[in-house]
Parts: sequence; C-alpha cells; structure tokens
Amino acid sequence: MRTAFIQALNELADSDPRVCLIVGDLGFSVIEEFSQKHPDQFVNAGVSEQNMIGLAAGMALTGKIVFTYSIGNFATLRCLEQIRNDVCYHRANVKVVSVGGGVAYGNLGVTHHASEDVAIMRALPNMVVVAPGDPVEARLATRAVVELDGPAYLRLGKAGEPVVHEKEPNFELGRAITLGEGTDLTLIASGGMLATADKVARTLVAQDVGVRLVSMHTVKPIDKEAVARAATETAHVFTLEEHSVEGGLGGAVAEVMAELPPGHAPLKRIGLRPEFNKTVGDQNYLKSLHGLDEESVLKTIQQIIARSYRRVG
Amino acid sequence: MNSRATDDELRSAARKLRSHSLRMISQAKTSHIGSCLSVADILAVLYGRILRVDPLRPDWPDRDRLIMSKGHAAAITYAAVAEAGFMPADRLEGYARNGSQMYGHVTHVGVPGIEFSSGSLGHGLPVGAGMALAGKRAGAKWRVFVVMSDGECDEGSNWEAILFAGHHQLDNLVIVIDYNKIQSLDAVDKTLRLEPFADKFRAFGWSTREVDGHDVAALSKAFELVPFEKGRPTAIIAHTIKGKGVSWMEGKVLWHYRAPTPEELVTALAEVEAS
Repeated sequence: MRTAFIQALNELADSDPRVCLIVGDLGFSVIEEFSQKHPDQFVNAGVSEQNMIGLAAGMALTGKIVFTYSIGNFATLRCLEQIRNDVCYHRANVKVVSVGGGVAYGNLGVTHHASEDVAIMRALPNMVVVAPGDPVEARLATRAVVELDGPAYLRLGKAGEPVVHEKEPNFELGRAITLGEGTDLTLIASGGMLATADKVARTLVAQDVGVRLVSMHTVKPIDKEAVARAATETAHVFTLEEHSVEGGLGGAVAEVMAELPPGHAPLKRIGLRPEFNKTVGDQNYLKSLHGLDEESVLKTIQQIIARSYRRVG
Repeated sequence: MNSRATDDELRSAARKLRSHSLRMISQAKTSHIGSCLSVADILAVLYGRILRVDPLRPDWPDRDRLIMSKGHAAAITYAAVAEAGFMPADRLEGYARNGSQMYGHVTHVGVPGIEFSSGSLGHGLPVGAGMALAGKRAGAKWRVFVVMSDGECDEGSNWEAILFAGHHQLDNLVIVIDYNKIQSLDAVDKTLRLEPFADKFRAFGWSTREVDGHDVAALSKAFELVPFEKGRPTAIIAHTIKGKGVSWMEGKVLWHYRAPTPEELVTALAEVEAS
C-alpha cells in the first residue's frame, strides 16, 4: 500500500505543483524518488510532528495540497491537537498519511502499534478517514483525497499487501465497494483486513454460505446505506479491522446499526482487543493472538452462525 | 497599509485598542485584559504602519499574514482588525456574547481579517513557518508576522518551529514576543526562565532585537528593518508591561483573569484616555 501510495503521489505531483509532501524524518526507501523529482514540493520536517502538522496547515492555507507522512501514532496522536485545531478547524487542505496501521510494526513495540488512530481521527469534525483495503484502493484513495478540498486521514499498511481487486473498482470516498453478494452474512472490512475477509469469504462460499463482502475503505463518513442494507438484507454483520474494536470501523458500524429500526441482523466486531500487547511478535503473530488471522476469523464467524442456526432450529 | 501614520496617530490608535478591549472584556466579563493591554502598541504599529493588507480584500493573495498566536488576547485582536477596516467597530459589541462569532480566543470563522484561530498556545508559529516556507518557495514578497506571548515559549512546538525556520532561512518570517514577564500563574522568571532569551534565538539561527514594546517609534523602526539579516528569520523581543495603561492593572497576575467591573471600567478608560 505504501508503494502504491507514493507512486500515485509522485504522479499527482508531476502534474500538480500544489501537491506537497512533508515527512517526519521517516520514509527511507519510500520517499526518495519524490524528494529528488520534486524538491520544491518536498520537506523533511525532522523529528517534530507537531511542527510538521503546523507547517502543513500553513502551507495549505496558502493554496497547497499537503500530505504529511509518518508512522501510525506519530502521524496522528503526537500531533493530535494540531490536526484538530490547525487542520480540521481551518479546513486546511492537509492529508495526514500514516503507515503501519494496526500491528504492522509488530515487534517494534507498543509505541509502534497504531490501534486507536482511526477512532481518534474519526472523532474530529471535518476529517475524512480512509483505510484502503489493498494497493489498488490505496492508489485510488490517494487520488481521491487530492480531489477532496479539505482534511483527510489516509491510513496505510506497510508494503507487500496482496491485491484483492482483480480489476479497478469504482472508488468514491464515503461509498463502500461490494465485492461479493450473498444473504447469509456480510463481512465489512477496512484496511489490510480486506484480504483476510476476501479469503474467509471464499472459504465460506465454498461451504455454501452466502457472503456479501464489503470494503468500507472510508470509515468516515461511513456509508450508512451500505451498513443498513447489510443489516436488513443479510442475517449477520461482521466487521473486520486491524484496529481496536472500540471506536474504529466496528464502532462506526455499530453506531449506524444501533439507530436502525428493530429487527435487523446482529453485529460482531472483529478487531484488536482494546489493550496493550504484552507479548512480542511480528504482525502475523500478533494478529493471530487477537484472532485476526484467517483461521481464527473463520472460526469466529462459523461459531456465531452455527449458534444462530441452532436457535432457529 | 497606512505608511503615513504619524507616531502620534499610532499612539492614539493604541489608546483606541486599549479602550475597546477594556469595554469588550468588562461587558462580556471575560479574562485576559492584561494580555490585551500589553500587546496594544505592537498591534497598533503592525496594523497602522507595517502590514501590507487590504481590508477590502481580506483574501488578497499577496497580503502579509499576521497570526495572533497568543489567542487569549482576542478582544484586542478583534479591535485591531475592526480599526484596520476589516469590519465595522460596532461588531465588537458582540465579543464573547451568545450568538456572536467572536469567541474569547481568536477565531477566524466569520471574522474578516483574522488569518488563523488560536487559543491553544504553541500553534501559531509552526503554521506561520509553513506559510513562510510556501511564500519563499514561490518567490512571493509577502511576509508572515506571528505575535506570541512569553509564556507561550514554554511550548515545545514553538522550539520545533524555531529550529525549522532557522534551518530553512525563512527571512520572510517575523515573530514578535509580547514579553510582559507574567504568565498564567506567576512571573515568567519564577515559572520557566526564558533568559538569556535573545541568545536562544541567535543560537537557533535567528536575528533578534530587543525593543521597548510600548514605544511606537522603536517598534516601527524594528519592524521596518526586517529581516535584520538576509537568510535569517526575525525575532523581536518586545519588553512590555502586563496591563499597560491602567496603573492598578500593571504587573498583576489578577488581571489575567478578572474582568473590570463597570465602576473599574470608568476609571480604567479615563486613565487610558489621559495617557
């Protein structure tokens, strides 16, 4: 996703001199082409995230479209008030980009686990929150946030995520993408969990379970209609995200479903437990501890649908 | 824009700003009158003689940008943009009132002439540095002025920006520090000492000058000479008195908080007008 993002940004910067990139002294082996090709559109703010966001807001208020780039929490939490006041309140044309969403930097430690960023960014007025599901969506999302006149948060994974979309989907901010249809259950995924959701869906479909697979790349504004349709047209709704189950995609979907008329499908949020990790591990290891590996997700879903079939029986 | 304002006219403008602030804060029963009074002469000089702005075109792309980073001095900031012609002075009556658009900390929404909303300290300078960087890269002639408080210099974000601006040689960036020596709870020296203050800026690659922040001629001279050195951002350390202009408010922490009562307002206005 990181690669797809920077390639798209390079192309955008070629054709639009307003597009700028500020990094917080991070992006080794990612940003070099951009900084060499567009020296006047590039800034390394150094290790100073508050200043990075202030700079971005200031540049944006003179007419630039400014991307800031850092690792999960440094890009967001370290400079939260700057994002709130300088960017969101002023509707400054700043796109906050974080890499390593979730536990992508697993064994680097809890400081590097971005597990609450979506919840916190989602709470900010005027902020659009996008967590693309694969490199294809990352590229399309980068273009879409440039078109958007105002703040956005773009949450990326690392590099090497599998491509889920075989062909380029119709990508619109705030509009979920449906990848498969079915009525037994809906899997709503954001970020890198889209690939897991896709695999789980394929397994379930092979077992004759009708699965609707939805990529909710924009967590804010959430596609309320897609959620309502899932909750009324399918028997179960599951959210999948590499983020705390509190306040992120699962939280956003829960908020929408809580206000639907009674009688809709139940919801299960699958994501990171809202706690600090105590065990060292790489991304896959930690995901499995949280039940986010393909096998565990499949098991969770099967247990829930089996229980409801028993109830019906 | 008015480069022909005489020193006397600037002094008169500063008295007007002080009177507006006293009335606004007394009537709205808000805080920070001391912080308004200390920065009055600085704003009078900036708006009266230095800033290239056009009240008829608040968004004029080539305007100088003024960021009021000490956002608690909101009353006087609104008064300054009103007196500069960005809005009618009678709008000031709405300050901090229910249903108005002028919050008790500097707010840009619905208030023409305000570049940037502040209130949380340590935000203005990084934003000003971003504007200055963009302006410099575009080869623009406009400049960025950031008005800061002394207490605000406790914020680490400022020092990030000070380091950045020095490194990037942003000589189109000017900060003026309203060094009134009193912060929220106590004297600056008893809280977090800033001295040797000017040396800190020099060490970060800035040009700096200390002036009497109540001497309109001295302030003008300093502002007219910026940048003092090519390739260096400018820090003007303006020595001021908190509560300046009202003898019984001067140098007192109390007037960071209290609003003058209607009776106190009368005597305060009389003092200001007699000054």
